[in-house]
Amino acid sequence: MSADGRLTLPLHAVAHGRAGDKGNRSNISVIAYLPEAFPHLVGQVTEDRVLELFRHKGATKVTRYLLPNLNAMNFVIDDALEGGVNSALTQDLHGKTLSFLLLGGVEVTVPRACVPAGSRYLDG
Amino acid sequence: MCAQTVHIGSGAGFAGDRLDAGLPVVETLARRDGPRYLIFEVMGERTLAIAQRIKMRNPELGYSPYLEPYLRGVLKAAKDAGVRVVANLGNANPLGGAKKTLEIAKELGVKGLRVAVVLGPLIHEFGWIADDWDRLAAGTLAGHLLECGGQVTGGYFCDPGFKDVPGMDDLGFPIGEIDADGSIVITKAENTGGLVTRATVTEQILYEMHDPAAYLTPDVALDVTGVVLEDAGKDRVRVVGARGHPPPETLKVTVSADGGWLGEAELTYAGSNALARARLAADIVRTRLVRNGVTEPVRVEVVGAGAAFDNDAGDRAQGRNMPLDGEYRLRAAVRSADKATAQYVNDEVLSLFCSGPAGGGGYRCSITGQVNTASVLVPRGPVEAQARAEEVTE
Repeated sequence: MSADGRLTLPLHAVAHGRAGDKGNRSNISVIAYLPEAFPHLVGQVTEDRVLELFRHKGATKVTRYLLPNLNAMNFVIDDALEGGVNSALTQDLHGKTLSFLLLGGVEVTVPRACVPAGSRYLDG
Repeated sequence: MCAQTVHIGSGAGFAGDRLDAGLPVVETLARRDGPRYLIFEVMGERTLAIAQRIKMRNPELGYSPYLEPYLRGVLKAAKDAGVRVVANLGNANPLGGAKKTLEIAKELGVKGLRVAVVLGPLIHEFGWIADDWDRLAAGTLAGHLLECGGQVTGGYFCDPGFKDVPGMDDLGFPIGEIDADGSIVITKAENTGGLVTRATVTEQILYEMHDPAAYLTPDVALDVTGVVLEDAGKDRVRVVGARGHPPPETLKVTVSADGGWLGEAELTYAGSNALARARLAADIVRTRLVRNGVTEPVRVEVVGAGAAFDNDAGDRAQGRNMPLDGEYRLRAAVRSADKATAQYVNDEVLSLFCSGPAGGGGYRCSITGQVNTASVLVPRGPVEAQARAEEVTE
């Protein structure tokens, strides 16, 4: 924990999400568990950071849509699926597992109150 | 037209979904009043292409191979309770599917069943008109939330310790209660596992959605940016605020073509120094495929060492420390126009049994025919919408 009581944790500690596919494009939702976490996610989980995380897969562009009513963001990642179902050789042709690449691959720094009580990320 | 709440339950979210999920939904609907429907959504772009191929070989077939098991499980209960079944189990041959349905009904002793091609229970019940965009949008959102079955009731959601879901072995499938004004309550079959919360509904709202202000369908462009979710009791979430805009001028056409073959083969290495043995096995396979002239795209990877998040070249795994001891699975995959190349790549993995690193075991392989699809947009003008309602009777 930093001096001002903030924690740096994987996005998975403060948000959940789900991946879907259309062709060679993936969409991954990121939904804050607690409303107070949402503004921090908007500030820190940017299109550029997400593009960096998926570039090795071939991603060329990330578009982020905000849904403040739902404390949610929707990331649309172009060319993220190694060609998609038609041509990818990976096990997971639809990229269904990739929500956890995003949730585990981006770290955020948030006040402790943004992490759900009882989370194992708060142990110790 | 009537102003009652319409109840729509889901019996399956894809071809291959649980066969026993529909009956508890019907039993719950039996205890409700008003118009009640059970839907089975089993069609996808590839499913349809494959069904078309089957129909070309035999004109009697081409309906979903799941038609029989799904309908067998619910037909009698649904008929007894007055629940109408709406399903795209017809795939490429709706009429053939209707005939098969009657056969099943006869065998089960279900009398007086009427089978027809229908669409749009909500338009039918409420008399919604074709340019009432907000209500069409609400109906589309209800359909979007229900079409994947258990994905809105805790399925594909549970993350133990973070998002716990009770009773996933008996996951209750969803029921949407839709009012004439377009307000939706999502709930689920009674006496089942699973849960409906704002979190489960939010994940499903955004599932396979791109621009949340313009989720395009042939009927309406759905805008969910104003949607608000309210808790409405245990396992009940109210969904309000869907807005609609006119649909695009174009329609999507999916073109399918033969996509050659996908060969896949796997072999496990376990215990002490397993990662080193699996990586050596991968190197051996790669070297031999190049030496023996395989030019098709090939991926050789080690499952357990970050394969799912990696690319064909394994760039992400480079420089990452993984435990050498453990359980790792070598996997080779190839796409080829001819079946022989796929078979050869699989055989190279098989040959590791006697010529590869120590302790490989559990070889499995498959060669599957592929269907490629591409989407194109066509102007709406020349496309004429036709509805054909045909009643099939004994």
